[in-house]
Amino acid sequence: MDNGARQGAKADASLDLRAVRIALNGQALLQLEHTVAPGEILTVMGPSGSGKSSLLAYIGGFLDPAFTARGEVWLGGRKIDGRPASDRHCGLLFQDALLFPHMNVGQNLAFALPSAVRGRQTRQEEVRRVLRQIGLPDIEKRDPATLSGGQKARVALARTLLSRPDAMLLDEPFSSLDADLRTAMRDLTFGAIRQAGIPAILVTHDKVDAEAARGPVVTIGEPGIA
Amino acid sequence: MRQRAPLLLISSGLALAVIALPVLAGLAGTVLPAFGYLPALGGRTLSLEPFHDLLATPGLNDSIRLSLVTGLAAALISLGLAGAFTAAAAGTPVFERMRRLLAPLLAIPHAAAAFAFAFLIVPSGLILRFLSPWATGLQRPPDVLIVGDPAGLSLIAGLVLKETPFLILLILAALPQMPVARSRQLAASLGYGRMTGFVFLQWQPLYRQIRLGVLAVIAFSSSVIDVALILGPNLPAPLSVRLAQWMVDPDLSLRFTASAGAILQLAVTLAAILLWVGLERVGATILGVMRERGLRLARDRIPRAVAIGLPVATASFLIAGFLALFLWCCAGFWPFPDTLPQDWTLRSWRTAWPRLGGPLATTLIAAFASAFIGMVLVVLRLATRPVGRPASVLSQGVMWLPLLLPQVGFLFGLQFLAIRTGTDGSYAALILSHLIFVLPYLMITMQDAWAAFDPRYERVATALGASRLRAFFRVRLPMMMNALLAAFAIGFAVSVGQYLSTVLIGAGRLPTLTTEAVALAAGDNRRTIAVYALLQTLPPLILFAIAAILPALLWRNRRAMAA
Repeated sequence: MDNGARQGAKADASLDLRAVRIALNGQALLQLEHTVAPGEILTVMGPSGSGKSSLLAYIGGFLDPAFTARGEVWLGGRKIDGRPASDRHCGLLFQDALLFPHMNVGQNLAFALPSAVRGRQTRQEEVRRVLRQIGLPDIEKRDPATLSGGQKARVALARTLLSRPDAMLLDEPFSSLDADLRTAMRDLTFGAIRQAGIPAILVTHDKVDAEAARGPVVTIGEPGIA
Repeated sequence: MRQRAPLLLISSGLALAVIALPVLAGLAGTVLPAFGYLPALGGRTLSLEPFHDLLATPGLNDSIRLSLVTGLAAALISLGLAGAFTAAAAGTPVFERMRRLLAPLLAIPHAAAAFAFAFLIVPSGLILRFLSPWATGLQRPPDVLIVGDPAGLSLIAGLVLKETPFLILLILAALPQMPVARSRQLAASLGYGRMTGFVFLQWQPLYRQIRLGVLAVIAFSSSVIDVALILGPNLPAPLSVRLAQWMVDPDLSLRFTASAGAILQLAVTLAAILLWVGLERVGATILGVMRERGLRLARDRIPRAVAIGLPVATASFLIAGFLALFLWCCAGFWPFPDTLPQDWTLRSWRTAWPRLGGPLATTLIAAFASAFIGMVLVVLRLATRPVGRPASVLSQGVMWLPLLLPQVGFLFGLQFLAIRTGTDGSYAALILSHLIFVLPYLMITMQDAWAAFDPRYERVATALGASRLRAFFRVRLPMMMNALLAAFAIGFAVSVGQYLSTVLIGAGRLPTLTTEAVALAAGDNRRTIAVYALLQTLPPLILFAIAAILPALLWRNRRAMAA
């Protein structure tokens, strides 16, 4: 494998936060300058209310107008701040799976497939392939409300991956799972990110998450009263 | 998002404009003729003559007093019943069941409810028939004036029947934001009874949330026309009823007097509201004194039973009234004091049928059109408003404006405008006039549901690459389908119930089931009245049923949606 080319592609696909500063009512919540390499997971830790979720909202394009944010976000060599959220290609995972309750599992997944994937047959095959990949081959027609918590989390991950994101934004995605499931989900998610070779930012207050991410850790916000 | 595109601004302001413009134009159009200016009728100079004429009208003081007392009494009793019920039942399963019982009552047009009530309480009504002759010894209906009593008691009772469920539903909507369970435990641990605990700890914040609704009840009750025509006294009638009669009088000069009277009605309703604000103070003081004395009323089983029983009784009363309507619509010979008709016939339906088609069609067209257009406007507004911000005071004010003003205050002027522009009697004008009242209800119902929607679903959708439009149509709208259906049914029912706007803007050329039914009130043909009142209730009730059943059918394989 041509090492130089890989290297070049990698540098290009990184997530670059340049002098990002987010404030609420004039009060600075966080400042960050960091480049997340492809396949790397940057962990952002901080007490609740420290604004770590607002960082993800800023990168993803959902920042509440009550916040003011400055700085640039570059992803894959494109400046994405200022672009509409649908054009940023940042996959989001929350604590809840947030599967669309009015669609079945297959429809949830197909919703994420880019329109560039054409043809009913091809799209369906793609959905089935990803379901096999997460070890849930027979649930295409199921109502998401009937899945277990672990199954929902896996479908949510699969849905995000199907949209072929250029980066992943993880907002405490494992905190609602019980201990066994958490480890499994962590391995699955981190493995998928590394395999896809995309940069990711993980917001969490769980130190174990940070260790498993095996990436750089940034702590924001003052410890405050603690 | 800071700089909003003009298109967005327009679509979010459209709903408010559709309310505010006609109301303001209508107010202006009422004020000018009140001071003698209405060129179309030869009034070219400003004068106080209309007010002189108005004040010279016999029995005006009685009319004013009736309006004032009706407004205050209906609000006080309804709020008392709704409040006591909440204090007794909040946090119990009864409360949830009540919601299911009350929601359909909201669908019943005011006029139909008034007829149902009248059919129960008139001397030859169902109640006395049930009690006679075995309990009362009556062989003939007693010669007493019950419906239309000079003090307006049956009018007040009829309004209470309809406004109590309305207030309970408002409370039900406000309650989830309050710490009911925790404060009940706290109160109980300090030795307070359930009801006193609720009243001391929760009533005031709750009341603040439903206050505009209570004021709307006062404004409505102090200026109501259709219910007053059915249940209210006649000589003299409440102010608004007399104004409406002048307004449709062939003697056109009476329109000046009517306009002056509309200004007086605005003043009367304002006075009722100011008196109410005084009552609020008194109430708060009494509450404060009781609280300071540490009144506990720990054993409140009996008051609790009464407080729960009374609203249930009013609801049952309304249902019994509809039973009476059913009996009358198909009754053959039915002499007093027989409890049931001696024979049954569909003659009333057959005679009424040929004349029903037009009004039925108009009712349905106006209701579907105004509910649908209203829905689109409200969704446009909610969808283009910045997320997470509470509605501004201005927009809240505009939204409540048509509900806090007496209808005669701006509908008279609106009619002049409609005549001036040649749009009176057109469907467009009729639908617009209905929208003025449909929109606020849609907005009130929708905005809570809209705010309760988890914004992360749309974020996930856009993060998956969907445009905002696609996320909106594929995720938000279908997920909100149940709330949209429920709001549509309410908007539909509001339109069906419209009386004054239909009479004035429809200019007699677009009669609806409601205007036809109310017009029958003056006569004494019970069978025909029953047919019209039932038919008037049927469409909104069907829509409520659809809104209740459809989600379960639509989402039978989607557990999280069917709930």
